[in-house]
Amino acid sequence: MTVPRQPADVGASADDPEPQPAPVVSAVPAEPGTDRPRRDGADGEFALVVDHLTKRFGERTAFSDVSFQVAHGEVFGFLGPNGAGKTTTVRTLGTLIAPTSGTAIIAGIPLSPDNDVEIRPRISIMPESPGLYLRLTVTENLEYFAGLYGLKQPGPRISDALEAVNLGDRAGDLCGGLSKGLRQRVGLARTLLSDPAVMFLDEPTSGLDPVAAREVHNLINGLRQKGVTIFLTTHRLAEAEKLCDRVAILNTTLRTIGRPEDLRAKLFKTALVVKTGAPLDDPDGLFGRIAAVEGWRSEAPGSYVLSVSDPTVAAPEVARGIVGAGADLLLIGEAQHSLEDVYLELIDEDVEARTR
Amino acid sequence: MKALDVPRVRVVVRKELRDFKRKRSIVVTMAVLPAIFLIQPTLTIFLAPASTTSNRVFQVPLLFLLLIPVIMPSTLAAYSVVGEREQGTLEPLLTTPIRRQEFILGKAAAVMIPTLALSYTVFGIFLAIVGLFAKPAISSGVFRQGPLLLALVLFTPLLAGWAIVVGMAVSVRASEVRVAQQLGTLASFPPLGAVVLLVVGVIQPTFPVAVGFAVGLLAIDLRAFRIVSQMFDRERLVTGNKASRS
Repeated sequence: MTVPRQPADVGASADDPEPQPAPVVSAVPAEPGTDRPRRDGADGEFALVVDHLTKRFGERTAFSDVSFQVAHGEVFGFLGPNGAGKTTTVRTLGTLIAPTSGTAIIAGIPLSPDNDVEIRPRISIMPESPGLYLRLTVTENLEYFAGLYGLKQPGPRISDALEAVNLGDRAGDLCGGLSKGLRQRVGLARTLLSDPAVMFLDEPTSGLDPVAAREVHNLINGLRQKGVTIFLTTHRLAEAEKLCDRVAILNTTLRTIGRPEDLRAKLFKTALVVKTGAPLDDPDGLFGRIAAVEGWRSEAPGSYVLSVSDPTVAAPEVARGIVGAGADLLLIGEAQHSLEDVYLELIDEDVEARTR
Repeated sequence: MKALDVPRVRVVVRKELRDFKRKRSIVVTMAVLPAIFLIQPTLTIFLAPASTTSNRVFQVPLLFLLLIPVIMPSTLAAYSVVGEREQGTLEPLLTTPIRRQEFILGKAAAVMIPTLALSYTVFGIFLAIVGLFAKPAISSGVFRQGPLLLALVLFTPLLAGWAIVVGMAVSVRASEVRVAQQLGTLASFPPLGAVVLLVVGVIQPTFPVAVGFAVGLLAIDLRAFRIVSQMFDRERLVTGNKASRS
């Protein structure tokens, strides 16, 4: 997949009487608590700055006190259970919904009703449902949106967008005749049309087969290399882990934010997985003698998970201890926690807190 | 207020017309409805005795034709916003830089164009039939109704405009297409009250009356367009809740 990137020809209409440019906000301080390298744009600002943002619908809180920053060219994963407020957050940052309180800066422009018209050309949103006109062809759908974005010569841009999602040969097909996966790809092509600085993708691989999903992943990686900021909402945690520089987990409030590996380290103690040919006679005695081992549990006969302070110190001592005890050591290695483990741990905590 | 982006309005119109053309039910409705409204006035004229002197015989068929610009656009207008919402196209549309006035105007124009084309075509066909085939006394009786003929010409876009704006207002707030279309059709009828007053002879059709009513309708249409534009709230359309900010 190739990623279209052409000089933008989006601009204010000639009919607009001297549109007042929205103020572009200067650099914001680096996000505390993360060690990821800053990848600021040429003007040194973040693509997204969200500060204590809250949205309520009457008595119901969709999301509350959400703050984060997203660097230029970063792929930022936004995770959370159903009803956590993810889509409402995207809609808010996408200027569809006004926040109840808090502030945000989108592509350098403060979020406010007056600035919506300035923000929209710089962003694109792909909702979960692609929302296509089924009686129009793929090209006609894209022509329509290209016109709404004010693109003067949309032909090449449409061709590039279709090539980027491998739909060049379906350009003349009616959207109503396309499968769900192909419609999803047309929706994705639509988000590429305006050459946005920030893309909000809500479940972009929903309904796609593994090959098509991999193509979308490649597309996202390509966009990242071109400096496009991607705000990715997904339920596929493996996808988030694979694609995202950082992830945030939302459950009405922001539960955590950071690089997947940092979240794993923060949430889970380092552990060693040990497998022996037969169950150990006295695992308590054996592991208890090793200072670097803080605790252990058996997951199955001959399978142990050891909490350790430093795996590089503990692993050789554990190996020697097992061999010294006359047991056959089949495997020893550091336990890997996935992003899914992190996610479930945090969401389970919330569920427990609510039931308490 | 910033000026409208005319090319963007044109983009909406072009897409809407293309979409209409491919929807069989719309094409059939647009073909059948005017034909039905042509039959009744034509029959009235041809069944009238040559000796008739009552102006009512000539006025009623002409005023009957004014139902076309009221009824024809109301269904399409009522579908315009809630239909987009039902098929999931509204949200992607609202994320583009289009302004609400541009969207509303584009949608309205797309409904107005076929409505005017068909309404005036039907009027033309009716007058041609009367001129060519009706008894001379009847024919001259119809063509003597100058104020009413002027009213037909002037009221057609204005009644259509009302029906479209009201239909869109209903569409903006409705949650279902069917409900929107029923309410939209009902709401499009009140201006016909003036037409009824003309038919029953409460108001005598004269040129000043026709122009006066037209000016009044135009003012109402413009005001209604502004109100509908204000009702077009992105947050409400996406979530069903009115935008609020503390």
